[in-house]
Amino acid sequence: MAEVYLNGKFVGEVENPVEFREKIVAERRNNKMDNNLNVMFNSEDGNLYIESNKGRIRRPLIVVKEGKALLTETHIKQLDEEKLNFSDLVKQGIIEYIDAGEEENLLVAFVEEDLTTAHTHLEIAALDILSLCSSLVPYGNHTPGARLSMGSKNQKQSVGLYATNFPIRMDMDVNVLYQPQTPLVRSIMHDVSKYDKHPCGQNLVVAVIDYKGYNMDDAIVLNKASVERGLGRCAYFRPILADELRYSGGLMDEITIPDKEVKGYKSEEDYKFLEEDGIIFPEAKIKEGDVVIGKVSPPRFLSSLDEYNLSLNTKRESSLSLKHGEAGIVDLVLLSENKEGNKMVQVRLRKQKIPEIGDKFTSRHGQKGVIGLVLDQADVPFTASGITPDLIFSPHGIPSRMTISHLIELVGAKTAALSGRYIDGTTFNSEPESELRKELLAHGFKENGTETMYNPKTGKKMKAKIYVGGMYYLRLKHMVSNKMHSRATGPVQLLTRQPTEGKAKEGGLRLGEMEKDTFVAHGASLLLKERFDSDRTIVPICEESGLAGYYDEFKKQYMSPLSKEGKISNVEMSYAFKLLLDEFKSLCIYPKIGLKTKY
Amino acid sequence: MDKVIKEYKKLLPESIIEEIKKLVPKASDAKMKKIMEAVYQEYLDSKVEAGESVGLVAAESVGEPGTQMTLNTKHFSGVAELNVTMGLPRIIEILDARKKISTPMMEIYLQKPYCNGKDIKKIALSIKETKLGEIITEFAISIAEQTVEFTINEKRFADLDVEFKDIKDLIKKTKKVPSCTMKQKENVITLTAKEDGDIRKLYEIKESLKEVVIQGIAGITQVLPVKRGNEYIIITAGSNLKKILAKEFVDPTKTNSNDLYETCAVLGIEATRQTIINEVSKVIDSQGLNIDIRHITLIADMMCFSGDIKGVTRYGVVKEKSSILARASFETPIRHIFSAGLTGEVDYLTSVIENVMINQPVPVGTGLPDLVTKVKTVK
Repeated sequence: MAEVYLNGKFVGEVENPVEFREKIVAERRNNKMDNNLNVMFNSEDGNLYIESNKGRIRRPLIVVKEGKALLTETHIKQLDEEKLNFSDLVKQGIIEYIDAGEEENLLVAFVEEDLTTAHTHLEIAALDILSLCSSLVPYGNHTPGARLSMGSKNQKQSVGLYATNFPIRMDMDVNVLYQPQTPLVRSIMHDVSKYDKHPCGQNLVVAVIDYKGYNMDDAIVLNKASVERGLGRCAYFRPILADELRYSGGLMDEITIPDKEVKGYKSEEDYKFLEEDGIIFPEAKIKEGDVVIGKVSPPRFLSSLDEYNLSLNTKRESSLSLKHGEAGIVDLVLLSENKEGNKMVQVRLRKQKIPEIGDKFTSRHGQKGVIGLVLDQADVPFTASGITPDLIFSPHGIPSRMTISHLIELVGAKTAALSGRYIDGTTFNSEPESELRKELLAHGFKENGTETMYNPKTGKKMKAKIYVGGMYYLRLKHMVSNKMHSRATGPVQLLTRQPTEGKAKEGGLRLGEMEKDTFVAHGASLLLKERFDSDRTIVPICEESGLAGYYDEFKKQYMSPLSKEGKISNVEMSYAFKLLLDEFKSLCIYPKIGLKTKY
Repeated sequence: MDKVIKEYKKLLPESIIEEIKKLVPKASDAKMKKIMEAVYQEYLDSKVEAGESVGLVAAESVGEPGTQMTLNTKHFSGVAELNVTMGLPRIIEILDARKKISTPMMEIYLQKPYCNGKDIKKIALSIKETKLGEIITEFAISIAEQTVEFTINEKRFADLDVEFKDIKDLIKKTKKVPSCTMKQKENVITLTAKEDGDIRKLYEIKESLKEVVIQGIAGITQVLPVKRGNEYIIITAGSNLKKILAKEFVDPTKTNSNDLYETCAVLGIEATRQTIINEVSKVIDSQGLNIDIRHITLIADMMCFSGDIKGVTRYGVVKEKSSILARASFETPIRHIFSAGLTGEVDYLTSVIENVMINQPVPVGTGLPDLVTKVKTVK
């Protein structure tokens, strides 16, 4: 006797659970039961579990009977002629949806050739085991899984045409590629997902050689002529947003050109782009510090007295301007209302981003790298037929990572470009690499994809044959111009007087504990002191009480906090330490500083 | 020649002079002088200069390769059953001076005839702790007669160096077993409880019987005779130096344990220091890393110089720091500051961390030398 559970609730018992399960499945295939039903016989506890709940993950599989798939050529023909559709197949019991539980009772064949009489189901396509992104990697079955998942992750960060209505959208931090292309070596997933409608990369000519170490450690070298023709060029968009907020007491913000009496008024120069409504005009070229939306706000803290004293000059400047290091062109100005019905202004900033040293690129095989050099076309090695590659990729990236699919794509795209057709590189189901070689040979090229190359400086033929081919390259959204940051002196924190942290606050770069240790290990004692001088202060210390003194405005001198006659000496220390001493005092600990002459 | 050597006796360590004597048995005075001068220069060059922060360099030199170490590797010495903790966990265990280590081990070297392999298996087995429970085939408890009866597996018993009559004495000696009268009939021993008790009492007797040690040394759970170089040694899992060294077949000059506290109790602090050095080096070598032995000796010195073992923790080495600020910056700052406040401690700002905190030159390297001048007092 086996217990039967329906959606986790005990409903009864059956004599023969395996038979019972098969009965239910048969009924389901005959549409006598809902196809949303899944049955599982658990051989561990001998119980039968029937599930019809929401939220189970199910996947379609082809039903197999006596070692033969129910889906036949005639079905496929009918599908092509659109006489039949997918849900018809489900209704006919040819394809059924299986959940994780029911799968335990099945034997699923990966490809049709594997089918035996023991099999109960067949995968619709071998590609099913991959995610959407990983199935976009061509020839994925030739590459380690780790690289495959890196390749699919990198594609998510690529710059392309993310949405066709981007001109009227206000998305934060997005890029649009100027000249996107569809890949030459593709997988079936490119067609299924309509990749052509939103492509993310460009087909480049790639040579696999070293270039004077400028492409070592995963760097790449770009051809300057290619960059000038628009390789990887994209537009960067960032909206700037301002609301007219309402405050208690009937006060509210006002979007306008701030009056000169307003508290915190910058300078006339800063407001020069604003039109009468206090908003910038489209196509204005702006740089850091320029005001984009002029705004004035009521005072921050309203005391009871101020209510009777609302003069103009209590208003506060709160305009939005470009942050440190930002620049661009005003692309779009949008006037609207927010949820509360207040006036809302959005200004979109546009910036053309031309590939430069430090920008990140990747192929679809987890072979990412940054630009190490943008090379004049005259200095790029050229092939016997006069081709200069767009990109130079380092051969050292291949052996340890074993990304064979990367190598196959190079030949594949080369063949595609020569024969004028797309190459199908669908994982597990691709055009064989040997065919590509044959076709390449027929076009008059070397079958292994190598070519004779010439040194551009000397004009001499290179001894080695260089591997040259096509490759679909993606520009990734991480660009140096958004990240580059340095500082000499700048803002400090109020509490500790140490430099602020982070690019947005123009912060310093921290010399941490381990870095400090290296100074000590070198014995560079005074250099270390100089590095940590950022919060240096002079504190007047009373020699008698050992506490910090104060400045007496009347007597025009420093006074000891305890004794009247205490002698005051100036002591240099870090402000953070002074703060620590103050915190000791708050804990009722008396941090007495003893002084003595240094020499 | 001897005269020249004598001259340098005060300048060079004895071991170096001995080595020179060995390498250059005969030389003229002038030549010897030249050699000695060259050696002395080399010796001075290899010395650490004043103001070098050796401790920090040692810490960095051990810490950096530590980041490359594979975590949690177990090393199997020979047979799969005997595994030893290696890698980072072992390093942490040693440097923290843990009282209880995860895999205590001994290397037992043997005296002359035995180290060539004579009776090696028998000796190894005689050390191994064997409990009564391991050789008993069945128990029989009778409530009516208040007896516990057990049968000994004769085959396994024959391997041991014990006789049947000894077992009775061994049971009597073991304090955990409640007192009772015993009867023996070949390989069957019957125990009768002295006081009339319930079944729980009998069960207690039965369970305690299993724990009776009938042969070997307590704590040694596994033995493994191996050949190292051209002599046989015994590697054990579990450690008990004191009892092992008492055995006559053991070579007490070489036998060692990897348990720091046991080594300290039996062999003293100098042996402990050497054990720290050996054990740390062993891990580093097994990981294929290369750390200069002097860094490790410095750490070992630091841990042992007081006479007790002190771990590199807030209870050990760090506790010994004189500076309050330095201690507070390591771990549990509030506790250190409060106790310093209660007792009125003074920080003389003589070390590195305090001076970094107050932004003064640290007293190492270029920060060490001071300019000394006489300040003229104006009258």
